Amino acid sequence: METWIAGFILLLVKLGVALTVLLLVAAYLVWVERKLLGRMQVRYGPNRAGKFGLLQPLADLIKLVTKEDTIPGAADRTIFLLAPAVVGATAMLIFAVIPFGDRLILRGKPIPMVIADLNVALLFAIALSSLGVYGVALGGWASNSKYSLLGGIRGAAQMISYEISLGLSLAPIVMLARSFSLVDIVNAQALYPFILVQPVSFLIFFVSAVAEIKRIPFDLPEAENELIAGYHTEYSGMRFGLFFLGEYITLIVLGGLIGAFFLGGWRGPFLPPLAWFILKVLAVVFVMIWVRGTLPRLRYDQLMSLGWKVLIPAALLNIIVTGAVILVMGS
Amino acid sequence: MFKDWLMGFVTGFATTFKHLFRRPVTEQYPEYQRTLPVRSRARIILTRDPDGEERCVACYLCSAVCPVSCISMQSGQREDGRRYPRWFRINFARCIYCGFCEEACPTLAIQLTPHFETCERDVLNLVAEKENLLVNHGGKNPDYNFYRHAGVTMVGDKGTHVNEIEPVDLKSNLP
Repeated sequence: METWIAGFILLLVKLGVALTVLLLVAAYLVWVERKLLGRMQVRYGPNRAGKFGLLQPLADLIKLVTKEDTIPGAADRTIFLLAPAVVGATAMLIFAVIPFGDRLILRGKPIPMVIADLNVALLFAIALSSLGVYGVALGGWASNSKYSLLGGIRGAAQMISYEISLGLSLAPIVMLARSFSLVDIVNAQALYPFILVQPVSFLIFFVSAVAEIKRIPFDLPEAENELIAGYHTEYSGMRFGLFFLGEYITLIVLGGLIGAFFLGGWRGPFLPPLAWFILKVLAVVFVMIWVRGTLPRLRYDQLMSLGWKVLIPAALLNIIVTGAVILVMGS
Repeated sequence: MFKDWLMGFVTGFATTFKHLFRRPVTEQYPEYQRTLPVRSRARIILTRDPDGEERCVACYLCSAVCPVSCISMQSGQREDGRRYPRWFRINFARCIYCGFCEEACPTLAIQLTPHFETCERDVLNLVAEKENLLVNHGGKNPDYNFYRHAGVTMVGDKGTHVNEIEPVDLKSNLP
């Protein structure tokens, strides 16, 4: 009984810390992204609220919370109100399975530095990112506005298409690690990170991940110059904020996932595990911001042909080759 | 073809990465204010001629040409016969700073200045009266005095007035 209570308290503590850190980092990622994008475009980026604009996330939060929460008259109220929560919640739930450090030994008991070590963690992450489509599609549909609807439809089509390559690109990782658990996958990279043996898989996963979180060059669902803001056109105040926050939490989560699958998770020399985890997440996030600062948006047909004609065949081929190599080496 | 494709990516990413370390070119506005060109069109003034008299003769041309009808005035006449505006009002809340009034003005009285920081909390503060508009200098044309050129009774002979050309003897022009 006592161990049960201790475990429960431990879980709550881990949840609280992870949630706080996640939300804080997500808020500051907005600042980091705006700053970096600004510098890439030879501008300063936000620099008025506080030193270096460091209070900008706080200012944005106050603005979003105090803004009027409008609901269009013709909107489907229930679904309209729930859709942003789906995006935010699914993004945060994925983080539960990402290991962010080696197990700690406290009073002779091992404490795993992951909120939930599921044996199907990889499937759990992919399933939740599929659920995220509902937030986009339903939010776009329930707004009852043509821009939102177009954005929602585009979002659904894009996310469903790129989920396939996202999932397929992870099959070789599972074959190498012989486990769906992210903790086991990180442990399997004790000698070398999987990016060295699976560069193709890494590229496919990275491109699909960018498409999955609808960032430039795959931001068709919210293409400003065609669809105003796409599926969240009609949202205001904190409901828009939830979509926005969800997007940045997904960014961190994908950084964590790429770190865990390909870069060896929290493993690394010299620095403590948590530092390596944070470094890897930040590196992935930086590359994604860099991509945003560099590439233009794809056309819809280019998006679809890249997904279906390049990434999925390449991922399938990669699975076959990996399988053949594993078979020949007989390990 | 693949090489072109790859080089396209590499040069693009290299360019944005290099830009990260470049000095931003943004001018930090409230701290740094660049001097605007003299002919920038912003807040309107009423100027005076070199003798210190008001240039405005209340001809209503600026008021008539104003596309948003933000200029209004009432004309008056001094004892020496010179016209002047009794009151002159510009509603800057409505002004679009097109500069038509300046172009229409025959005496160069109404002029636009580069002073653009005219924000007010209360919209009524943007209505400028004559005393707000009148300045003590000649604006862009400090030496110009309308009454030296026109609107005065002729004294002396033909061709003796300011900038006036000597009359031509028509007979001397004959072939």
